[in-house]
Amino acid sequence: MTPRLFELMLKAAGTTVVISVASIGIGLLIGILVCAARLSPRPWLRWPAGLFVSFFRGVPLLVQLLLIYNLLPAIGLTVPSVVAALIGLSLCTAAYQAENLRGGFTSVPRGLLEAADMVGLSPWQQFRRIRAPIALRLTVPALVNEAILILKASSLISVVGVIELTRTAQNLAASTYEPLLFYAVAGGLYLAINWLVAAGGSLAERALRRGRLA
Amino acid sequence: MTLPSSAIAIRGLCKSYGKAEVLHDIDLEIARGATTCLIGPSGSGKSTLLRCIAFLEEATRGTILINGQPLGFEEQPDGKRVRVPAHQIRRVRSGIGMVFQQFNLWPHMTALGNVTEALVTVNGLSRAEAEARGMAQLRRVGLEARARHYPSELSGGQQQRVAIARALALEPKILLFDEPTASLDPELTGEVLNVMRDLGADGMTMVVVTHEIGFAATVGRRIVFLDHGRVLLNGTPGELFAAPRHPRLTQFLETYLDRGAAMLLKPA
Ligand SMILES: Nc1ncnc2c1ncn2[C@@H]1O[C@H](COP(=O)(O)OP(=O)(O)OP(=O)(O)O)[C@@H](O)[C@H]1O
Ligand SMILES: [Mg+2]
Repeated sequence: MTPRLFELMLKAAGTTVVISVASIGIGLLIGILVCAARLSPRPWLRWPAGLFVSFFRGVPLLVQLLLIYNLLPAIGLTVPSVVAALIGLSLCTAAYQAENLRGGFTSVPRGLLEAADMVGLSPWQQFRRIRAPIALRLTVPALVNEAILILKASSLISVVGVIELTRTAQNLAASTYEPLLFYAVAGGLYLAINWLVAAGGSLAERALRRGRLA
Repeated sequence: MTLPSSAIAIRGLCKSYGKAEVLHDIDLEIARGATTCLIGPSGSGKSTLLRCIAFLEEATRGTILINGQPLGFEEQPDGKRVRVPAHQIRRVRSGIGMVFQQFNLWPHMTALGNVTEALVTVNGLSRAEAEARGMAQLRRVGLEARARHYPSELSGGQQQRVAIARALALEPKILLFDEPTASLDPELTGEVLNVMRDLGADGMTMVVVTHEIGFAATVGRRIVFLDHGRVLLNGTPGELFAAPRHPRLTQFLETYLDRGAAMLLKPA
């Protein structure tokens, strides 16, 4: 493999990372909102949030991406394929992250909130100072897991025309007749990226360990 | 009406869970500046009564006055019982501190963070001022040196003392304890009971649900014996524990010989 081709592979890996990280970030924000809606006492918030989660968890990501890619022009929106890919990945991961967060929130022991009640923290103060920080800590391992899943699942976005790592490997494999080499390099790059993510997750967990639930 | 000496006045309190009534028509006055110990068999309703006083449970009927002010429900002149507004509940409750069996410290905050949280977030003190006050409370329970430790790095006895400091930081008039030593190893109960003894000596109004009969007999100014959701006995330790004793109390004490009840039962 020439240095130039390797550079192409690295660039493609960069695209994969940027789109995945952006999706996970956007997905986390949407996930927080969806989770809040699912935990709400108001049924008109709970209901649609539940529907959102079942849809995006129940339909294959590939189908979601194709749906979004074809739906947007149908309703008169022409967006670059990167944007369609971002929307698809973000919504999908948002559904999973909302469920992870919900698990975190419901694991906050009731007594911790009673203690907060007794010192006069309002419901919003309790959310901000007690429930959210504890729930987020409980969710870190699942978040790392989800980040790795999305990095791998991002190989699917080539169907909407984004040239990311897997598609680049495919293209180069076809034009050089060296499939084994390029798929091996692609695999190695995915492995390296995910190893970094996992290492970052372990660091975060270690940093938060002193504040774990006793 | 309310005796000026009673910190807590409970009138006709009933509490049901679904169809099952677990507190039946409780009338009780808790004296100011003294320690009242609530004892009774498991399931007799001690925790439920304490939690009603803290308004962590809503009583089904009856009213509770904290220093003359209604908490939770108010009886109107026509006898109707109405819920008081949330801000008033918060204000009246700010005069009450609660210490739980499970400590309930916030795990993601240090000991000092736990103690200062409400001072900063609710009372709006500056961090420096809150920490000065927080350190003073930690000193009071002997844990100044542990201020920067997280709950997971403290022993059970230390965690419970931090929880007491957290309650004290808001300068409550009344402290409620629900079996504060029940989840501690026996060698750690002493340090917590000593802190409570000191608070009692300082004139804090305390209501303590406890199975530590020895503590109740020596520190309790009054003992309330609950049985099947009713106040069966209410008096000084001398009145309750001296013979002739109520047979239900004797029966109860016999199951707590290891918690200091033996000395009360031994023939004089
Ligand atoms: N949330 C609840 N739902 C239904 N029943 C409850 C609930 N909490 C308590 N009870 C019932 O109310 C009764 C009194 O319970 P409570 O916890 O007040 O007893 P206790 O005197 O504190 O007992 P212990 O010494 O075991 O702590 C029990 O029969 C219990 O089963
Ligand atoms: Mg109890």
